[in-house]
Amino acid sequence: MTDTVKHDRGKIEIDANECKGCGLCIEACPPKVIAMGDHLNHYGYKTAFYAGSGCTGCSICFTACPEPGAITVYRTAVTSSRVEAPCASN
Amino acid sequence: MSNDSALNYTVAQGRATSFFPTFERKDELQHATHFCPGCGHGVVHKMLARAIDELAVQDRTILVGPVGCGVFTYHYFDVGNISAAHGRASAVASAVKRSRPEAIVLSYQGDGDLAAIGAAEILHSANRGESITVIFINNAVYSMTGGQSAPTTLLGQKSTTNPEGRNAIPDGYPLHVSELLATLEAPVYIERVGLGDNKQLMAAQRAIRRGLENQVRGLGFSFIEVLAPCPTIWKMNAVEAQHWVRDVMEKTFPLGVMRDKTKETEPRPAPASAPALDRIPGILGVAEADLPTGNAHVMEQGREVDLEVRIAGFGGQGVLLLGEMLAEAGLDAGLEVSWLPSYGPEMRSGTSNCHVRISNAVIDSPVVTSPGVLVAMNEPSLRKFDRAVRPGGWIIYNGEEFPADCVRDDIHVLALPFTQIANDLGDARAANMVMLGALLQISGVLPRESVSAALRRLIKHQRWVDLDEKAIAHGGSLAAARSQEE
Ligand SMILES: Cc1ncc(C[n+]2csc(CCOP(=O)(O)OP(=O)(O)O)c2C)c(N)n1
Ligand code: SF4
Ligand code: SF4
Repeated sequence: MTDTVKHDRGKIEIDANECKGCGLCIEACPPKVIAMGDHLNHYGYKTAFYAGSGCTGCSICFTACPEPGAITVYRTAVTSSRVEAPCASN
Repeated sequence: MSNDSALNYTVAQGRATSFFPTFERKDELQHATHFCPGCGHGVVHKMLARAIDELAVQDRTILVGPVGCGVFTYHYFDVGNISAAHGRASAVASAVKRSRPEAIVLSYQGDGDLAAIGAAEILHSANRGESITVIFINNAVYSMTGGQSAPTTLLGQKSTTNPEGRNAIPDGYPLHVSELLATLEAPVYIERVGLGDNKQLMAAQRAIRRGLENQVRGLGFSFIEVLAPCPTIWKMNAVEAQHWVRDVMEKTFPLGVMRDKTKETEPRPAPASAPALDRIPGILGVAEADLPTGNAHVMEQGREVDLEVRIAGFGGQGVLLLGEMLAEAGLDAGLEVSWLPSYGPEMRSGTSNCHVRISNAVIDSPVVTSPGVLVAMNEPSLRKFDRAVRPGGWIIYNGEEFPADCVRDDIHVLALPFTQIANDLGDARAANMVMLGALLQISGVLPRESVSAALRRLIKHQRWVDLDEKAIAHGGSLAAARSQEE
């Protein structure tokens, strides 16, 4: 990677109201950029959160998560041919 | 470090549009599912919703849900929804697909539901090659009811009904449903997947999409078995349960494609549609001339009709047919009717009886406990029901002599040797029709035309129509003569 500015290729958002704190996303995430928070949400669950950087946008956390809308995965719009998410098994 | 403000993000994966935006469950829980943290059902629900979205079939998908932890499919999926009785989802899905061939019909079932109580339904749906897609959630237990053994419970696995663990003797072996169905010729696609790690998850997503795609292409029966964690009943955390799928469950239930005939299979033709309504009388052998003609026989409004009849006799005496004739005539006259047969397993020589109600008001219950008219074809039947006849009612009894100890002063009796009378008319088997004629005369509520219309609709052979008509008329005159005597 030779770009001068190095962007993450993705990011995730976790809805703290929907997350049940099962930890499957943390287990699934290849670059390990999801962690479990300490405080409890309205329903009494600890919830996962995104560490803030390093997401590749691979979306495997989304597939592993049992909740319909707990995780949203974003990818940067492709602006140069360089950008390509690595596969989840990385 | 990323610099968000400078970047343009698009959603790569988010909540599927095939899910309702909110779930109409309990007040506070409208955006969460009812599944436990880490439940495999939740994961498969998402895969299914994603496949429906990707194939753009949301507006023609009909999902048949199970009994078990997956029971609330209708709360979550914004598609056509049907709840089936425990184990029957694939049978219901078969019927739905046959009547709506353009729909994408899914049957979603657990392993208690599909492999235990619904074992017959899945076997025959697969064997018929119904063009449906079945999603089979194998979590090796009955979860919703608290963790009893399922047919899929592993050897050695403990459950509430098997606290020592499952033993091949006497509990049998874990049932391999996918392998079993793969012995059948008809299924087009059968695959077992798991939710045990990232690789398995991606294969599962692909398989579920494949199962739907096969149906979109018009191919036949597709079956996707998913080894799915149930952390709660397994008493593990979500990650341990996921690993248990991969490290333990998969050893008993190997993953893989067990059947793939999708390449060589031609799209199935849609089933022949059901015959048009106006062809049905022809198929049933009812002549055009004998069909009811509009409202020709409908009785005048405002007349109170409330006839409650019990008809009893031996099997073979025409008890049920007598009741059917009465009800059919009532229908022809535009009245509300019910006919409730009650008989044993014997085709002949048992006893049988039926309840008939004819009314101009909606009938609340088809059960007749205190008949206004009892038709008793023999003495045992008389003795069974005579006390129940309501005061002012009638007993029509097949016998010359009415038993003395059955006499009541608050009812009317017409006792005649109807079998003998019918025999003299041409056939002893017409005794029921002579008694029907008497009943019609006594009750006086049904028009003659309706009775003959009913007769011609129910009786095929002209010889019998003629004889029965004679018998009914004769029974009517016998009853009329008796009324004059009274
Ligand atoms: C006719 C009938 N029998 C029994 C039950 C009780 N019952 C409810 S759920 C269930 C078992 C469900 O197990 P499974 O299909 O494995 O689903 P899971 O809960 O594991 O997802 C049973 C026996 C019922 N509801 N209806
Ligand atoms: S997988 Fe979903 S529910 Fe589980 S911790 Fe992650 S975001 Fe929360
Ligand atoms: S009991 Fe098991 S199958 Fe049922 S919702 Fe909980 S984790 Fe899922």
